[in-house]
Amino acid sequence: MKRRDFMKNTIIAIAGASVPLSALEFIDPKEVLAANPEIHWAFLINTYSCVGCGFCVKACKTENDIPFEANASRTWVERYVYTKDDRRYIDSPKSALYGFTDARIDLGEHLGYQDVDPDNVGKAFFVPKLCNHCATPSCTQVCPVGATYKTDTGPVLVDRSWCIGCGYCIMACPFGARFFHPVLKVVDKCSFCYHRITKGLETACVNACPFGARKMCNIKDINDPVTKVILNERVGVLKDEFGTKPQAFYIGLASEVR
Amino acid sequence: MVENVMHVHGELWTVKELFVLPNEYVYWSIQIVMYPFMTGLVAGAFVLSSLYHVFGVKQLKEIARFSLVFSFALLPVAMLPLLLHLQQPFRGIHVMMTPHFTSAISAFGIVFMTYAFIVASELWFEYRKHFVLTTQALAAQPQRSSFDNLRMYFFKVLTLGAMDISNEAVQKDHRAVKKLASLGIPVACFLHGYAGFIFGSVKANALWMTPLMPVIFICSAVVSGIALCILCYVVTMEIRKFLAKRRMSRWSKDPNAPSVEELHSAEQQEIQIVSNYLLYFMIAAITLEILDLIFRGYTQVKSWDILREVIMERDFNKIFIMQYAFGNALPFLLMVLPGRTVRRTTIATVLVMFGVFMMRWNVVIGGQAFSLSFAGFMHYHLPIIPHDWETFKEGLGGAILVMVTPFVIFWFLNKIFPAFLKEEEAH
Repeated sequence: MKRRDFMKNTIIAIAGASVPLSALEFIDPKEVLAANPEIHWAFLINTYSCVGCGFCVKACKTENDIPFEANASRTWVERYVYTKDDRRYIDSPKSALYGFTDARIDLGEHLGYQDVDPDNVGKAFFVPKLCNHCATPSCTQVCPVGATYKTDTGPVLVDRSWCIGCGYCIMACPFGARFFHPVLKVVDKCSFCYHRITKGLETACVNACPFGARKMCNIKDINDPVTKVILNERVGVLKDEFGTKPQAFYIGLASEVR
Repeated sequence: MVENVMHVHGELWTVKELFVLPNEYVYWSIQIVMYPFMTGLVAGAFVLSSLYHVFGVKQLKEIARFSLVFSFALLPVAMLPLLLHLQQPFRGIHVMMTPHFTSAISAFGIVFMTYAFIVASELWFEYRKHFVLTTQALAAQPQRSSFDNLRMYFFKVLTLGAMDISNEAVQKDHRAVKKLASLGIPVACFLHGYAGFIFGSVKANALWMTPLMPVIFICSAVVSGIALCILCYVVTMEIRKFLAKRRMSRWSKDPNAPSVEELHSAEQQEIQIVSNYLLYFMIAAITLEILDLIFRGYTQVKSWDILREVIMERDFNKIFIMQYAFGNALPFLLMVLPGRTVRRTTIATVLVMFGVFMMRWNVVIGGQAFSLSFAGFMHYHLPIIPHDWETFKEGLGGAILVMVTPFVIFWFLNKIFPAFLKEEEAH
């Protein structure tokens, strides 16, 4: 056989064989598990139960080493007050770290505090917030170095050793869940207490909530009582118009809460 | 109680009003205003130089070479503000090492390097003959000082061994310049349109998110780039005229040196042509910006209430007075009114650049002037007197550093690539 023919035949053989071979898909067990995980963490918040004590914020800051004096937090509680003459006030002083001990509304440095006549209050409620650990997060999409990522089981995490601190993820998050850690100078956010839930513990905030306003569940486990609430009751999510598919579900969500 | 000394990044220059989410601050500050402004100047200067090389606008010969060198001087500075705004500047290289391609920023390294490579090679072809002539002239000197020796070797290295300056070889150079310039236009537009994409694709930000953003950015980039080139060209020509009048510099003592009159008429002619191009691009940029504004006002989606308050009330002076009136309308009038002079055009270019800067400011800072809650506002206070590294680099000092650097680089580059070559040496 001439060298030329040998080359020719080899190429034909490879080309011919590659067609049936490509039909065989190589299956990586990890990929299969990631596509159909047995665990997918979700969060349930009952706004009717929240009294704005701020224990969750304290517990979170303690557990995750976010300095108390830093004006940023992985989780926070908002207070909504509507007067009977349709004036609306919202605040979250110090992220509700010390709870809502002042009846006045905090309007920021310039405007100071606003008195609200208790007899004039139409409705008022508290809304705890944290990272929604979205199913299709916009923050992980925009990270230029892949330092923030979604785990197979749901939580969105940040690799502190790789974050360059550009702030693009902070800009991309529609919920304001991210901030720069004041000491480490990298992006920080709620991790669903990944270090705890992977050991079978509750998150710090769920653990600290005295009223059961915060709950966590594996949404793949249909026998889990919290999952049952999410699947069977009328629950809502924040800002679904961004298409990020938030995984923190709310009972009693008002349309004014953004 | 112990004084609160720990600040979250952004807290020092942000003042919150009404309800703003606890983690919200003006995270993208002055350096992110500088970034699109500087890349805009790079792209614009390059597009101007390409008008001559690609479209053969002969009258632009001199300013074309000038803007090419200037574009190269601006190039490293397009990266500087990004680096200065990073919280972990030493990790900036990660963008090149582990680019995460779903992110609009991750391609920056690649686009930027491609563009740098194109400009550098175009410069090399443009100046190869000059390198060879300089090397030969220095080699011909019977006695060379050690500095001249060093210069000779430096230029010899720059020729990369291509010493052929026959007519044929120079024609080849010329063709290469043309090809690179035509390739460079889309890449330059991409470099900048993509800066617009970085903002336009942030869906969480109601002001930024519009597909028009990249196009608006390209048009205003070309506007600012041309304006800067006119301004620098006029300033350099004035200096040259001053030196020629008093025979102060080495070149003005040369018997073949251009006279003051020659310089003056060249300046007049170039400025007339270039300012027409400036006007065309200004019309395109303003049209798109106004279209965006009208569209938002007309469709009135959820975010319009808060955007209207920011645009029409809180930032009214910055947008309508500083950006549109002083930065667009006034220079436009200065240039279209009959009897346009170099002086009037120069004043107009300064205003135009100010207008484009204000546009960047209003987009970047204005986009962070309202809370994601749509129930509160943030005010940005530019740190003027720095008290630590962070308030320097993200304050007035850092902005001035970024502004000044290209001129310093240009001064050095001009020694290697003289922006004003005599006719016979250049094509």
